Amino acid sequence: MQLDSNLVNDNSRLIYINNPQRTNEEYEFTGNEITTSKYTIINFLPKNLFIQFHRVAYVYFLIIAALNQLPPLAVFGRTVSLFPLLFVLTVTAIKDGYEDWRRHRSDRNENNKESLVLQIGKFQPKRWKDIRVGEVVKICADEAIPCDIVLLGTSDPSGVAYIQTMNLDGESNLKTRYARQETSLMRFEGDSISGVIRCEQPKRNIYEFTANMELNSQKVSLSQSNIILRGCHVKNTEWVVGVVVYAGQETKAMLNSAVSPSKRSRLEQAMNKETIWLSVFLFVLCVVVAIGMCLWLTRHREQIDTLPFYRKSYLVKGKFPGKPYKYYGIPMETFFAFLSSIIVFQIMIPISLYITMELVRLGQSYFMIEDKHMYDSSTNSRFQCRSLNINEDLGQIRYVFSDKTGTLTENKMEFRRASVYGKDYHNTPVVSDTNLDTETTDAIKPAASSRTEKKQKSDITTDSRLMGLLHKDVDGNEKISAHDFFLTLAACNTVIPILNRSTSMGPTDIDQDLEGIDYQGESPDEQALVAAACAYGYVLFERTSGHISLNVNGEKLRLDVLGLHEFDSIRKRMSVVIRFPNNDVKVLVKGADTSMLTILSKDLQNDDITLITERHLIEYSSEGLRTLVLAVRDLTNEEVQKWQSMYEDATTSLVDRSIKLRETASFIESNLRLLGATGIEDKLQEGVPETIECLRQAGIKVWVLTGDKQETAISIALSCKLLTPDMHRIIVNGTSASECKMLLSEAKVQKLTKCGPLALIIDGNSLVYILERDLESELFDLATSCKVVLCCRVAPLQKAGIVDLIKSRTDDMTLAIGDGANDVSMIQMADVGVGICGQEGRQAVMASDFAMGQFRFLKRLLLVHGHWNYQRMGYLVLYNFYRNAVFVFMLFWYILCAAFSTTSALTDWSSVFYSVIYTSVPTIVVGVLDKDLSHKTLLQYPKLYEAGHRNESYNSYLFWIMMADTIWQSLALFCVPRFAFNESTIDIWSIGSLWTVAVVILVNIHLAMDIQRWVLYTHISIWGSVLITYACVVVLDSIPVFPNYGTIYELAKQPTYWLSIWLIIVVALLPRFIIKAVHRMFWASDIQIAREFEILRKRRFFYGPRRSS
Amino acid sequence: MEVSTTNNANGASTKSKPHHSRFTQQELPAWKPILTPGWVITSFLAIAFLFIPIGLISLFASERVVEIVYRYDQECIPEMYCDNVTGYIQSSHTNKTCIKNVTVPKKMIAPIFVYYQLDNFYQNHRRYVKSRSDKQLRSASGEFSTKGCEPEAKLGGAPIVPCGLIAWSLFNDTYSLSIEGKVIDINKKGIAWKSDTNVKFGSNVYPKNFQAGDLIGGGKLNESLPLNEQEDLIVWMRTAALPTFRKLYGKINSNLEAQDVIKVVLENNYNTYSFGGQKKLVISTTSWIGGKNDFLGIAYLTVGGICLFMALNFILLYVFKPRPLGDPSYLSWNRNSSRQ
Repeated sequence: MQLDSNLVNDNSRLIYINNPQRTNEEYEFTGNEITTSKYTIINFLPKNLFIQFHRVAYVYFLIIAALNQLPPLAVFGRTVSLFPLLFVLTVTAIKDGYEDWRRHRSDRNENNKESLVLQIGKFQPKRWKDIRVGEVVKICADEAIPCDIVLLGTSDPSGVAYIQTMNLDGESNLKTRYARQETSLMRFEGDSISGVIRCEQPKRNIYEFTANMELNSQKVSLSQSNIILRGCHVKNTEWVVGVVVYAGQETKAMLNSAVSPSKRSRLEQAMNKETIWLSVFLFVLCVVVAIGMCLWLTRHREQIDTLPFYRKSYLVKGKFPGKPYKYYGIPMETFFAFLSSIIVFQIMIPISLYITMELVRLGQSYFMIEDKHMYDSSTNSRFQCRSLNINEDLGQIRYVFSDKTGTLTENKMEFRRASVYGKDYHNTPVVSDTNLDTETTDAIKPAASSRTEKKQKSDITTDSRLMGLLHKDVDGNEKISAHDFFLTLAACNTVIPILNRSTSMGPTDIDQDLEGIDYQGESPDEQALVAAACAYGYVLFERTSGHISLNVNGEKLRLDVLGLHEFDSIRKRMSVVIRFPNNDVKVLVKGADTSMLTILSKDLQNDDITLITERHLIEYSSEGLRTLVLAVRDLTNEEVQKWQSMYEDATTSLVDRSIKLRETASFIESNLRLLGATGIEDKLQEGVPETIECLRQAGIKVWVLTGDKQETAISIALSCKLLTPDMHRIIVNGTSASECKMLLSEAKVQKLTKCGPLALIIDGNSLVYILERDLESELFDLATSCKVVLCCRVAPLQKAGIVDLIKSRTDDMTLAIGDGANDVSMIQMADVGVGICGQEGRQAVMASDFAMGQFRFLKRLLLVHGHWNYQRMGYLVLYNFYRNAVFVFMLFWYILCAAFSTTSALTDWSSVFYSVIYTSVPTIVVGVLDKDLSHKTLLQYPKLYEAGHRNESYNSYLFWIMMADTIWQSLALFCVPRFAFNESTIDIWSIGSLWTVAVVILVNIHLAMDIQRWVLYTHISIWGSVLITYACVVVLDSIPVFPNYGTIYELAKQPTYWLSIWLIIVVALLPRFIIKAVHRMFWASDIQIAREFEILRKRRFFYGPRRSS
Repeated sequence: MEVSTTNNANGASTKSKPHHSRFTQQELPAWKPILTPGWVITSFLAIAFLFIPIGLISLFASERVVEIVYRYDQECIPEMYCDNVTGYIQSSHTNKTCIKNVTVPKKMIAPIFVYYQLDNFYQNHRRYVKSRSDKQLRSASGEFSTKGCEPEAKLGGAPIVPCGLIAWSLFNDTYSLSIEGKVIDINKKGIAWKSDTNVKFGSNVYPKNFQAGDLIGGGKLNESLPLNEQEDLIVWMRTAALPTFRKLYGKINSNLEAQDVIKVVLENNYNTYSFGGQKKLVISTTSWIGGKNDFLGIAYLTVGGICLFMALNFILLYVFKPRPLGDPSYLSWNRNSSRQ
């Protein structure tokens, strides 16, 4: 048989049901024990170190520390030089260790849970970690599934099980899984069951499962609907029994628990450029020292033997006469001077900056998550930061690519209009409508509304004329079409009706029973359609794998489902083959209009209706409704048989199943009789027009990429104020490459001739031609000059292609926002991906960097948090560069006064503590808490966001200004004590102590001058770090083994010491202050003006207006 | 991510409502300073009014200091050794005594400090700074820890105490002063820091094998005195920060009158000739600001002056070209649109 060969080729796994020994005989499958932890106690140290040293920064640290261990280069003491590295490694290791301990704990909890497993003929509890592949497990209601199991039976005789897949995809609605009829009636206790399952090797795709089962030499196909995955919960089902197919790490849930790829922010990339400049500075400084050393040695070549402060040789008679001591000749000494100056100047490259940035981003994320304005109370979801690397990118976004459904709209569908047999029916009783057919409205009310309105909580108002048509006792095509129309709505879907158990379950008492029907489904469109059918009296109340039961106006109708072709994005339709009680077989099809209109039968009458329906479709979509076309076909017996064999073959196939299924589907989805079309309204989310307007004012271009039709897209764009009537619309929808080219060149002419804003509307087909050909750049030119771009009918990959078009051709930051699986590629492609936790599952959220509940939060995310994050991070980076460079330059000037001998006046510990302890906390606190403008002002003036577009907080101009300032400040630091203590008795430790304190105070006051919001924590960190520095200096000077013992006590007595510190600070900061003040006065930036406005207004509010104006 | 392992690792954190505190909403009470012209002018004026008086006081204090600086390294070489200075200084047979006169320019009030000043002597050279053993200096038990003292660590295998280049190159010129035959007493006690004599230099550590090698670097030590009483050494070992430095030699506790002629008897032993260093004798009074140094005074005055100047400038600017603060019409987009 073909199947067998497939299986052999595929190397599939064989599972003997209820026979774990045999299953695991040949090859031991992974057990059900899971480990998400990375380390064990034994491998923690080596493995953690190995992972940590993947960072270049740490390797740099290590090399510097290693260099310092070489005797001629020992600038710092052994332990001191290792301190920064050890400190960082320890902190990170503790963090990793703690996280891993938590993982261990949750693993242990998970592994020690218990489930019922069939052991010696009886279901007995067994710990999860001991469950093996091939065993049969029983899970009761509300329990979690321990591993991936194939359903064998459930408490429901038809073999249905309801599961919740919240943990896998975040969808809260119930899904159905079926046990095969062949097994669902088995008795499990007692060793009676046996059988073999052949399934594919473990794969990550949670939406696909291909296997077959051999039961008593009968082959049964298994698919996605027969498997329950680990992490799901059983709901509304008393118990389920299944056989374990994948366990532990091989379950689909575990295979999917990968971390999303990390991105690097724009600022960080820009920062790298400046880091290279800093390296150049470092190199130059080291070369200067090396050359200086070389010249000095050459000049003193004759003297260095005896020079009291150099003494290159022993000069002792006897043992080593004239043997040089730590002297390797001038070239080597020059080289060593170079290396040891690298060690001294190492913090010129701010390695700690990367760690600081991570901590700051963590803090920023905390505030974004906690922002109550980004909390969605309707879904009870708060903002999520899934990526911690790109917070500041939010402040520089120029393009927003938005999905439409579920992003701009709520994705809560409501059935609005129907076109049945060429007639249009409204669901919304508008005033004019009721005037038109008042006579029917009254007539229908008692008949229809009494039953329907109490059934559905959504209160779908029905169209009385359509209702009337259904209840008319006439035969005719129109009536039949209407009947089939609603049958299709009720039957052709995957919605599960869930009966409210509290009401009585009498089989005759269906009417009462219907009150509590809750429709659960994967697609909101389908739910809306089923609810509509229900409102019109076609109540779906039971669905199993084999049949569906309807209650048609009080009459129970059981329909056998012969097969179901699920919706896929290629066919864009779904169909269901149904056998009626009178043995008629029909295929009911619903799908997108483009895919449906081509497969309709071509008889004359149908054509008429088709034309009218098409007109209706255009009308619907121009109202912003989502349209679906319904059609039906009666199948002859031969067709049914042929189809059945094809279907059987396709569904049991392990390879190419989807292709075969598609072929089977297309076999019956042809020559269809058109029934009509539906129009479903997808309501706009709250605040969407305001948000779009706001983003546009902020200089952000909003592009909408949607899978919807052009008309729908345009009407939604109009209603959310993306398109305004005054815009000139350029529409590109060519069906061939040449046509597209022509349309583009026409558009170019329009671009030049038309004044006023332009809007480009382009469809997926044209995009295929344009993106494939060399028309990309023309499209780019056109699109970027348009105010609005609307892409309709685009496939997921095209969405990514459009994002890439902008990303690859400009330096502008892009943001993609979407909620569905079709947005994943776009979200991953864009610089920043935002997921909406909506109705369509969690795939978008899983792929995103940030996730939130509503589109309107985007305004706050970008304009407020993005702005803050960008300002903070930009300043943080510059400040860190400055902080380290000023220290290094200070050391450098001193080395020039110490015969180029890389002496540091500061004690070893102070040099090391400087960037780690003395000055690190204020940067972090300011990076997290500082705030230039209040959120009110930022939202009031969206244009303030453009500061990010102009790179106002971080650019190379600022960098060079900052470097010039740094050199000035370091000169002030160096020169003031140098001259204040000229020709005095000052010793090296005193001047070093002075410099330590002075530089810390200086950088902290420098920071203080730029802080815009002083909260308690800012005060504590800034002044606290000065105090801590003093405390450290005092402690270091109180340890008698250090040569600097007692320095600070003597030094602090001298007024010159204090005067020098004050002088250093004022002289160093004076130019900066003057420039800042002048700049404020004459070239105030928008942010500064807005800030003045904000603060002064508040003051005036408190103290009353000062001027009459 | 732990999405799938625990029931709601991810879900739990997203499903709870944010805390509505002023901290989480970033609305903590805060001081939000803005750089208004008022602030700018006030700070300039404040600095000016603070710095100018300090500058004046420092300058006066520095001016009050009377200082006699006398360079003797060249003058104390006998003419016959002019061509062979190093030979002269290194020889143990030459007479190093040198007698010179200096005049007191102004009345000097006790305490008067006597310093020696060396020039071009890099006590801050890395090889030099590290060439010491603090362990050894502190207690007798650390005698053998001579790590880092090379090449003056051991003599034949016995440790040199105190070891290292710093101690080895101890300054050993001596001065004795007299006015008209009356010896001025130079008190050499209490010239070192208390912390050094009390803790850093041990009372049970005695010099051993010191300056016993072939190359004599400088002064010798009295082997019967413990290190903490050898204050010259203690002062010397507090290495100077800059290549030109002074070190305290002793204190004079009597006043010197103006125009007094001091006869200085120098023992010119120390070799700075090999590297062209200068030697100076400094006799100076002090003030609260230390020795004679106008730098701080001038710097404070200059900075104060600049600030005053800037304050005046800003006042003028504010009067003649004010920009209304916080006026939204100055925002860039408003300016642009009004221009069009």
